[in-house]
Amino acid sequence: MNNDMQLKSLIEMSATDVRKCMKCGKCSGRCPAFKEMDIKPHQFVTLLGQGKVEKLLASKAIWNCLSCLACVERCPRGVAPANVIEAVRTTVARMQGGDGITAEEIPAEVNEMIPQQLLVSAFRKYKK
Amino acid sequence: MQEIEKNQKKPLIVAFCCNWCSYAGADLAGSSRLSYPAEVKIIKVPCSCRVNPIFILKAFQRGADGVILCGCHPGDCHYSEGNYRTRRRMGLLFSMLNYFGIEKERTRIEWVSAAEGAKFSAVMNDFAKTINELGENRRLEDLRCKD
Amino acid sequence: MHRIGVFVCHCGSNIAATVDVERVSNALAHEPGVVHSVNYQYMCSENGQQLIKNAIKEHNLSGIVVCSCSPRMHEATFRKTAEAAGLNPYMVEIANIREQCSWIHKDVEEATEKAIVLARTAVAKLTLNKPLVAGETGVTKRALVIGGGIAGIQAALDIADAGYEVDIVEKNPTIGGRMAQLDKTFPTLDCSACILTPKMVDCAQHEKINIYSYSEVDKVKGFVGNFKVTIKKKARYVDETKCTGCGVCMTNCPSKKGLNSFNMDLNTRPAIYIPFAQAIPNVAVIDPEQCIKLKSGKCGLCSMKCGANAIDYKQQDSFVEREYGAIVVATGFKPISLENFNEYGYADNKDVITSLELERLMNAAGPSKGTLVRPSDGEHPHVITFIQCVGSRDVSGCGKPYCSKICCMYTAKHAMLIREKYPDTQVNVFYIDVRTPGKNYDEFYRRAVEQYGVNYIKGMVGKVYNENGKLMVQGSNLIDNEQVTIASDLVVLATAIEPDPSVKDLATKLTISIDTNNFLTEAHAKLKPVECATAGVYLAGVCQGPKDIPETVAQASAAASKVIGLLAKDKLKGNPCVAHANEMTCTGCSQCAEVCPYGAITYENKEFRIGGGKTEKRRVASVNPAVCQGCGACTVTCPSGAMDLHGFSSAQILKEVEAICKR
Repeated sequence: MNNDMQLKSLIEMSATDVRKCMKCGKCSGRCPAFKEMDIKPHQFVTLLGQGKVEKLLASKAIWNCLSCLACVERCPRGVAPANVIEAVRTTVARMQGGDGITAEEIPAEVNEMIPQQLLVSAFRKYKK
Repeated sequence: MQEIEKNQKKPLIVAFCCNWCSYAGADLAGSSRLSYPAEVKIIKVPCSCRVNPIFILKAFQRGADGVILCGCHPGDCHYSEGNYRTRRRMGLLFSMLNYFGIEKERTRIEWVSAAEGAKFSAVMNDFAKTINELGENRRLEDLRCKD
Repeated sequence: MHRIGVFVCHCGSNIAATVDVERVSNALAHEPGVVHSVNYQYMCSENGQQLIKNAIKEHNLSGIVVCSCSPRMHEATFRKTAEAAGLNPYMVEIANIREQCSWIHKDVEEATEKAIVLARTAVAKLTLNKPLVAGETGVTKRALVIGGGIAGIQAALDIADAGYEVDIVEKNPTIGGRMAQLDKTFPTLDCSACILTPKMVDCAQHEKINIYSYSEVDKVKGFVGNFKVTIKKKARYVDETKCTGCGVCMTNCPSKKGLNSFNMDLNTRPAIYIPFAQAIPNVAVIDPEQCIKLKSGKCGLCSMKCGANAIDYKQQDSFVEREYGAIVVATGFKPISLENFNEYGYADNKDVITSLELERLMNAAGPSKGTLVRPSDGEHPHVITFIQCVGSRDVSGCGKPYCSKICCMYTAKHAMLIREKYPDTQVNVFYIDVRTPGKNYDEFYRRAVEQYGVNYIKGMVGKVYNENGKLMVQGSNLIDNEQVTIASDLVVLATAIEPDPSVKDLATKLTISIDTNNFLTEAHAKLKPVECATAGVYLAGVCQGPKDIPETVAQASAAASKVIGLLAKDKLKGNPCVAHANEMTCTGCSQCAEVCPYGAITYENKEFRIGGGKTEKRRVASVNPAVCQGCGACTVTCPSGAMDLHGFSSAQILKEVEAICKR
C-alpha cells in the first residue's frame, strides 16, 4: 500500500474528523499513559491531519495507550484521539501479521471484569 | 431543416424574484452588463414565499417553457423565514410535476443574493440552456386555455 | 374604465441605444386601457416629471406605467410625481427596461420585443391596482427597558435624557445586574461599583425614569408604537413607599441561613435583606423561603423593630398595565451550570470556584471583606491556577459552542490583581488561545505576563483532583509537549456565560426570534445589530451575544438612539402593501397565524348575515396592518384563498404571468 492509500485508510478507520481539533490539548492533559508515550494523544490527531503516515506507523505509543477513552470523553470538539490511535494500531498489527493473542488465551474468570474496549485493544497489543 | 428550426418559437421563461435579494441580484447583473437570454422575464414578488404553486402551474398552462424561482439564501430572508417555506412548498410541487406531465427540469429554485449579479446571470444562462434542450413545452398543450 | 398613461424613458442612450423606444411607446398605445403613450429622454428629470404630471391632469389618467430603470432606483420618485399630480402613489408601475433589458441585450430587435412585453406586463398588473393608503398609528411616548443591568441602565438614561419617560423592569430586588457583582473592570482596573453606582443613582433620581424592581414582564400585547405590557410586581412583603433602607430589620432577623445570591452563595444573609449597600431602590425584601413568620406564623420581629412600619406580611403579587411605544430587551447573562464538567471537581472541592465567585471573594464588600482566602479553610492561597474556556468552544454537548469573549480579559485581570496584592502568590493560567481584540486589551494581557509574571500555559486541563488537601491540576503544556501537574491551593474556572434563562419566555411574549444558544436574534447581523425583526423591539447587552462592558454600553446607547428616533415621531406611517383577509371566505383555520413571522394575525368572532334574516357568528382572521411586513407567507398558506396581499395580489401576479406568456 502506498502512502496516500494508507492515509486514506487511516482516516476511514479513525472515523473522526481531525479538522475539528482546536489544539487545546485536553486529551493529552487527561491521558493516564502520557508519560510513556513517544507520540502524545493530541499529536496523533495533528499528525493524521498533516498526513504524516510514516511517523504515525513508527510510533511506539500505540502499545502504551490503555484505550481508556478518557481523551474521547474529554474532548470539547467531539474529536476521538483514541480512534486515531486504534486505527494506527490496527494498521500496524495487520502489517505485522496475525500474532496477537486469541480469545481462548484469556482466563475465563477475568472476562466479566474487563471492559470490552480493553479486550479488543489487548488482542492487538500482545504477541503470543 | 435549418429553416424549421428558425421558425420554431423561442422558449418562454418566467422568473419569480424576491424583492430583497434576487431582484437586486438581477439589477446588479444588469448594471454589470452580464447578459442572459431575452426569453427570461422577471416578475417581482416581495418574498419567494409569496409565490403560490398555482402561479407556476398557471404559467405552464399559458405556455411557459420554464419557471424559475429565486429567493434569498436560506438564513438571509428579509422576513427571516420566508424562503424556508418556499423551499418546502416547492419541493412538494416539483415532486408532483411529472404527474402533471411537465418535466421536473422545467422548474428550478435558486438562491441569489443581492451581491450575486454574476450568479444571477449564470443561473439564467444555464436554466435557459436546459429549457432550450428540452424544447417547447408540448406536453401541456392540451391543457392550455385557449381564450 | 382604465385611463392608463405609458411613459418610456430613453435614459439618455442607456435604454435608447438598444431599445427602439419609439416602437415601444407606439406598441403600448394600442394596449387595452392605455390612452396615452409617449417617450422622453430623461423621465426622472425635472422636465420628465413635469411631462408626467401634465399628462395625468390633461388625460385624466387613472394610473401610469413608467418604462425606465429598476423600481429600486426611481419607483419612489415616480410615486411622488404621481402624488403631486393628484394620483394615488400606488397607481404607479415600473417596467424595468434598463437593468433587465437594454443593459443585458445587444440585439435591438430582441431587446425591443422584450421591452414591449415588460411594459405590457406592467400595464396588465396596473389594471388591477387599487389606490392604497398607508395606515397611520400614534406613538406612545414611553419606553420599556427589560433588565436593569448596565445595558438597561445605560439605555434608560439615554432615552430619559432625550426627554421621554422610561420604565425599567428588573426581576431582582435591585438594579445593577452582573456589573454590581464585579470587583474591578478591565482594561483600566477601575472599581466596578465606583463607575456603576452613580449611574444607578442617576436612574433613581431621574424624573423620567420609573423603576419596577422585583418585577417581571407578564404579558405583552400590541405592536410598534402601541405596546400594552402587564408587569407583575412580586410580593416583597415590604412597603416600598415606607421603607427607608435603615437595615434594622436585617440585624434583628433571627433567620440567617439563607444563601446570599449576590455573593454567589458564598455566605448567608437574613431572611429580610437588602441585596447590597448601594442597592437601588434601597428597600428591604423578605425571602419567603427563609422567613419564619411567613412559614410558621410565629416571629414578626422585623415588623416590631421597623420604625417606618413598612413590613407587610400580607402583601400579594400585584399587576400593573402600562403602555409603551418601544421596548429594549437587556436581560443579560448568567454563568453556565458546571454539572457536565466533573473533571474540574467543582462540585466536590470548595476551593474550585468560578470567576464570578472570585470577583465576590476579592471585593471589599464581599464575604471575606476583600481578603483573598480559600473558601474551605479561610487560609491565604499561595498557588492559584486558572482554567480558561470552561464550557466555552465546546461542541461535545457538555458546554457551549461559542467563545464567551470576556473570559480571557477577566482572567488576565484576576491574575494581575492577585499578583499585585499578594506578590508571594504563584498564578498559573491554562489557556487554549488568548483572545484579546479591543482597545488596550492585548497590552493589558501582556502586562499580566511581562510585568506581573503570570505563568501562562498553553494547554487544557484534563482533571483536577484532591491529594492531601492540595488541588492537583493535571493538564498539557503543548509548547513543551509535556503533561504537567500543578499542586494548587485555589482553582478558578473561567466559566462560559449564557443568556439569562428568563429570555426564552420573554422572546415568546415579544415574538422575537432566538437562536440555538438562546441568544436573541438581531434584524441584521451587520446593518441592524440592535433592532429586532419585530418592529419596536431593540436589543442591548449579552442577551444578543457575548460582550464586555464597553460593548454593552455602546450597544445600549445605540438601542436608545433607535428608541428615541421612534418616539420622536408623532405618527408611524405603515407600508400599505400588507395582507388582508376576505372575511366571506375565511374559515378561521389559524394556518395563516401560524406562518406569520410577526404575529400580525389575530382572530375575531364576527356576526355575518346568512340570508333569511338570520345571522351567524364566525371566527375570521384579522391582520394588523401596523405589524404586517407584507411578506405574503400567509397568502400561500391560506387553504381557502381568503388571504391576499395589497400591491401583490394573486390576481395581479396571475395577470403578469398571463401577459408574459402571451405570444
